[in-house]
Amino acid sequence: MTTLASPPAVPKIQGRMRRRSRWAGWGFVGPFMAVFALVFLAPIVYSLYLSLFQTQLVGGTSFVGLDNYARALGDPQFWDGVGRVTLFLLVQVPVMLGISLLVALAIDSGRLYGRDFFRLTIFLPYAVPGVVAALMWGFMYGDRFGLVGNFNDLFGTSIPDPLASVLLLPAIGNIVTWQFVGYNMLIFYSALRVVPVSLYEAAEIDGAGPWRVISAIKVPAIRGALVVATIFSIIGSFQLFNEPSILQSLSPNYISTHYTPNLYAYSLSFSGQQYNYSATVAIIMGVLTMLVAYAVQLRGMRKEA
Amino acid sequence: MSTNVLMNAPTVRPRHTRARLRSRRTSHARPTRSVLLTVLTALVGIYALVPLVWLLFNATKTQPDLFSSFGLWFSGDFALWDNIVGVLTYDGGVFVRWFGNTLLYVVAGAGGATLLALLGGYGLAKFNFTGKRAVFAVVIGAVAVPGTALAVPTFLMFANMGLTNTPWSVIIPSLISPFGLYLMWTFAADAVPDEIMEAARIDGASEARTFFQVALPMLAPGIVTVLLFTVVATWNNYFLPLIMLRDPDWYPLTLGLNAWNEQATTAGGEAIFNLVITGSLITILPLIAVFLLLQRYWQSGLAAGSVKE
Repeated sequence: MTTLASPPAVPKIQGRMRRRSRWAGWGFVGPFMAVFALVFLAPIVYSLYLSLFQTQLVGGTSFVGLDNYARALGDPQFWDGVGRVTLFLLVQVPVMLGISLLVALAIDSGRLYGRDFFRLTIFLPYAVPGVVAALMWGFMYGDRFGLVGNFNDLFGTSIPDPLASVLLLPAIGNIVTWQFVGYNMLIFYSALRVVPVSLYEAAEIDGAGPWRVISAIKVPAIRGALVVATIFSIIGSFQLFNEPSILQSLSPNYISTHYTPNLYAYSLSFSGQQYNYSATVAIIMGVLTMLVAYAVQLRGMRKEA
Repeated sequence: MSTNVLMNAPTVRPRHTRARLRSRRTSHARPTRSVLLTVLTALVGIYALVPLVWLLFNATKTQPDLFSSFGLWFSGDFALWDNIVGVLTYDGGVFVRWFGNTLLYVVAGAGGATLLALLGGYGLAKFNFTGKRAVFAVVIGAVAVPGTALAVPTFLMFANMGLTNTPWSVIIPSLISPFGLYLMWTFAADAVPDEIMEAARIDGASEARTFFQVALPMLAPGIVTVLLFTVVATWNNYFLPLIMLRDPDWYPLTLGLNAWNEQATTAGGEAIFNLVITGSLITILPLIAVFLLLQRYWQSGLAAGSVKE
């Protein structure tokens, strides 16, 4: 995480002030840290603890060491979900970020009519709750009163119901893309706005065309924003839950309880009462996410050098 | 859990930076406009708007018309008012209760999160104190932990404390926004000059007084931006209340709408898709209104700083 790794420089503080504020800072940071310890640190520690035990109907809770981890690593349902979200992120993240980048470049180019209107409308879906987005698209996909049904009626086509076919995963990808395309576009656009104008001027003097300016100046200049957006999109994909969970009622035969790892962890806990195993699945997913995010960051940084 | 959205929020910068950049930029020759580029961008714009337009049209239809008419136009009786009345009165007005719950979670959760981030960000930016490095390391490390890994243990902990199925179980986890903290930290570092703080101290002001009377007004634009993003996160929250709440009386709108939708698939349940659609419209309108009204804040907040390299 490039952004996070570079905190603002700590101001140089003179002797008098330093003495005075040796502990004064805690008066401000303390409340945050207290709640943080309760809702972040304690659950992480508790989760690690839970993952080492097993509760059975006969015999109660017993310490099992790393057995839960061994079970998860050999659990086809778990890996089925992991495979699905991996496929999802390999396709959905590049498509979404690609559209976001193109729109950001278009808006930044100053060549659009109605630039501010586009910036606003494309961003609007971000304000729509994930639940409402999934419900809306779920209805629209439906062949009963959805647009897919309308389309088939109008054009005599026979597009299958996206919620009951192989189109299901792309259909979910579309919902996520719709929600976050504008958000990522704004991040890229914001990064583009702070590219020093002197760079463009130099390129112009050298006779570079618009495509050359984009590939040689603009995109490299916002690499930091691209890496951060990629990392957060990956984290989002690995955590996929809301959309499949809501669409489940419309498509029960196609969305299993282990459709995504997050859905699996949820069903293990709340339908299966397997809290220990569920905690283990969540931890493994967390570690996987961090590894992938870290790898992306390393790769992003290396290119920069 | 609720922090995922916030983690994406780019850095806020004080506004003067932006003014400088913009003036430099506009001095540059304006490129000619392109119809082709506008049309291509408009395609993405249409993509963004179609579901919202669909929602608008279908909120005006009766349930039978929903099934029989084209999605992107009016049809039959104009039933918007009937639908709104239906949403507000169905099941003893439970929707109004959900709306109130959402407001409670947003005011307490997002308000509290912004307050904690404000205090913490200011403390980190302007004080050099024992353990500061540890605070930084721990908070940054935790941002990388996926919310999923926290959900189940948080539920079990709260269950042991007797907090599940109460508003507290939704509000307390919403109070922490690591990215809000980071935003306020970077913002405060630039927005509040050390000289002014030192001057206030020489005049004998306490730390609290310096904060409230000197620093707070300078931090206002950062506060609005953080508040906006925490409000979106809490208003749209689904996973956390889904886990924590069993009693429909405490549901927020998101959970309530989903319950109405699932009602159609449960045995003996009444299908109320027209109410789900109109209720969805009522749910998203306040946030869209807030975004339109506060455009100046989030656009300047986002546009000025963007992501640092």
